[in-house]
Amino acid sequence: MTAAGCEPIRIGAERTAGNPSRSDPVVSMRGIRKSFGSVEVLHGIDFEVLPGEVHVIAGENGAGKSTLIKILSGAYSHFTGRLLVCGLPRRFARPSEAVEAGIATIHQELSLVPSMSVADNLFLGWEVTGRFGQVDFGLQETEAARVLQEMGLDCSPHQLVSELPISCQQSLEIARALTRDASVFILDEPTSALNEHEVESLFGRIRELRSENRSIVYITHKMEEIYQLADRITVLRDGNLAGTAAADDLPPAELVRWMVGRDVTPVGGDEPPHSGAGGIALEVEDLCIAHSVVKERSVVEGVSFALRSGEILGLAGLQGSGKSEVLHALFGALGRRATGRVRLFGEPYAAKSPQESVEQGVVLLTNDRKSMGLAPDLSVTHSVSLASLSRFCGHGGWIRREQEGQAVQALTREFRLRAPSEEAPVRTLSGGNQQKVYLARCLLPQPRVLLLDEPTRGIDIGAKADIYELMRAWVGEGIAILLITSEMEELLTLSERILVMRSGRIVAELPRSTASKDSVLAAAMGASVDEEQR
Amino acid sequence: MGTEWGSRLRQWWSTPVARALLALLLMIAIGFVFSADGAFFRWSVHRDMLRQVSVFGILACGMTVVIISAGIDLSVSSLLALAAVTFAWLTMPHGWPALAAIPVVLAVGAVLGSISGVLVARMRIQPFIVTLAMMVFGRGLAKVISGGRKITNYVTDADGSSQVVDLPEIFGIIDSRVLWGNLSIVTIIFLACVLITWIVLSRLRLGRHIYAVGGNMEAARLSGVPVRLTLITAYALSGFFAAVAGICQAAQETHGDPETGMAYELDAIAMVVIGGTSLAGGKGSVILTLIGVLTIGYLQKILSLNAAPEATRLMLTGAIIICAVLFQRERE
Repeated sequence: MTAAGCEPIRIGAERTAGNPSRSDPVVSMRGIRKSFGSVEVLHGIDFEVLPGEVHVIAGENGAGKSTLIKILSGAYSHFTGRLLVCGLPRRFARPSEAVEAGIATIHQELSLVPSMSVADNLFLGWEVTGRFGQVDFGLQETEAARVLQEMGLDCSPHQLVSELPISCQQSLEIARALTRDASVFILDEPTSALNEHEVESLFGRIRELRSENRSIVYITHKMEEIYQLADRITVLRDGNLAGTAAADDLPPAELVRWMVGRDVTPVGGDEPPHSGAGGIALEVEDLCIAHSVVKERSVVEGVSFALRSGEILGLAGLQGSGKSEVLHALFGALGRRATGRVRLFGEPYAAKSPQESVEQGVVLLTNDRKSMGLAPDLSVTHSVSLASLSRFCGHGGWIRREQEGQAVQALTREFRLRAPSEEAPVRTLSGGNQQKVYLARCLLPQPRVLLLDEPTRGIDIGAKADIYELMRAWVGEGIAILLITSEMEELLTLSERILVMRSGRIVAELPRSTASKDSVLAAAMGASVDEEQR
Repeated sequence: MGTEWGSRLRQWWSTPVARALLALLLMIAIGFVFSADGAFFRWSVHRDMLRQVSVFGILACGMTVVIISAGIDLSVSSLLALAAVTFAWLTMPHGWPALAAIPVVLAVGAVLGSISGVLVARMRIQPFIVTLAMMVFGRGLAKVISGGRKITNYVTDADGSSQVVDLPEIFGIIDSRVLWGNLSIVTIIFLACVLITWIVLSRLRLGRHIYAVGGNMEAARLSGVPVRLTLITAYALSGFFAAVAGICQAAQETHGDPETGMAYELDAIAMVVIGGTSLAGGKGSVILTLIGVLTIGYLQKILSLNAAPEATRLMLTGAIIICAVLFQRERE
């Protein structure tokens, strides 16, 4: 596979007449409209990508970013408007045609084959073959090892993808696309599951690609990423083009106004989120969690802490530090792998199963909405009410549907959910709205303790502000929240205290007043950074 | 105004029920064309079709539940035979009253179904394998109970002498028709099974749990759904419906045959799938299955009215299953 696309134009020394400037767009989309059924979701978008630029597409959930990208990457072939790639009118019937035209896409959702090795996944679809079509595994593995090192990935080419932590999987997904010889790379929220190191090596790689005169289309909700990377920014709002501007000419406040159409106070302001915390809700003593395969090893060791009602307690740490496992253990999802003493409102509480925990008012939101959160074909209503059906059930498990519908609707309105209807399957919602459905499911059982693992993953700025406001309200009502988030700013502004974990142990407790990005990171990575980075 | 109706119609058109109905209407239209000299327009043809699909339809109800839970139940045909044999054995040689025999037979079906469920849910063996094993086991058990022969009202006593007992009344009742001979009891039983399944799936908490487990088992577990109990109940329901079908089968055949119902599970699966319920689990409904049952019923009826030979019938059925599923598939 050659770097199709514009390679010939670039190589052709001085361009042929009529094709003058060096900054001819690689991709040019004009008046793009797209409808699903009778609903138009894109109302005439103009979008251009120049060679060697990082072009960020910003916009709220449901603004049409993913739809636009899917047209460009060949996932949707029905649309009106013109799509030019390297000056040629194109209409991709399927993703492989876009890849051949030099457009490589990294989707938000993982598309790896879990039962295959890292190397096999890296070369899936473009295997290195010998004369008789046999796969040259040796060459693939050496090549894979090189790529992994380049991307700063800590795994071996032989390892099965299913054995890797999710952050590693996402890095691998990105690595797979970035090793292809393309002229345009599309990255759809690539960092949502990455830790700081992985993000840095990804950014390094992106800058390298840019210096090779390749173009990057980058979709993200994270402000800091936008301004670290972007050359130009295009903002979509409700399926319309809000504008395109050079990053230097578009200050953050203005960008947010473009996105939301109104002024929004960024990340929740400085007011303390707590209402004056109450009594101890959850007391954990000497929590240990065994490794899922090697029983003698433990991933969490001797973790003790107390969580008060009406408090947000942040749990920080790098990927693999055991923080997510702590949440799963407290929820009873790990069964006998977890040992230790837990007291819930003073009562001994042995979480044996998620079912029991939900009944006790302890609810978990996992960091993997796709595989552990939602069933794609369940309707919005059924998804939201799933964990609280007993509230709506009469004798014999007969569901009082009217009551259920009202409760769900009240909650989804509070979440400002955008869905075609309450009966629509959740797979038809945008990623951010799916996350809202998932959050709403956790809230509906009226929990006393909320275990939140990346609650704002994939949610836009406006919706994030909504969620922060909601979290404040919940805390005000006396709910205790144990929060994991990879967004440092979110962690620092929301948490009253921050516990930092490293290698399965709590290594620091930082009160809100002294916690800073540096102090959290320093504790998470250990005194000497080179000691152990996982 | 006109356009609003148009868009609403188009929206309704894209629902699974609409597509399943369209397939059924298409099949009926084919019947109009190949009406075998007007035979298709006779009421009795439709009435007979309903009676003939009823036993399959009852199996398909249970199959729908299991398939929505992302499983499959291959054992229904054997459980049907086992139930038929047990029912005949209890009522004829042993002379049990129907009111005692029926609950026992239904319980046997439900218990064997829940054994499959336990193996799937607790031992985590794949449903295909578990129910394949149960299919073989159930057929064997039916032969043990019947001694490998049909159980009829020709009864051999302990001392070796034989006699003919009266066919129990219940056989006649189930095989009879009401409404001036227009509606058979078996069809009523089938429709009752559809209603029960519909209530379970769309009105009870159990149904929600079945959809959730079939759609994403881990998500269901982490939402506090009792996953194992849900799965066990789904397979128990399927076994229960198989037993209902077995009783009907015995009544229609007036004996209990351990060889009866061979490969019925495949028809039941075909009916569920043609309706548009996906084998991937998590979606579908028993209404779709009802439409699928009628579609296949009409197909068989049209073929037999036109005296299509067995070979043609089989090949056409196979081709039409594929067409129907392609037709059902949701478009972008």
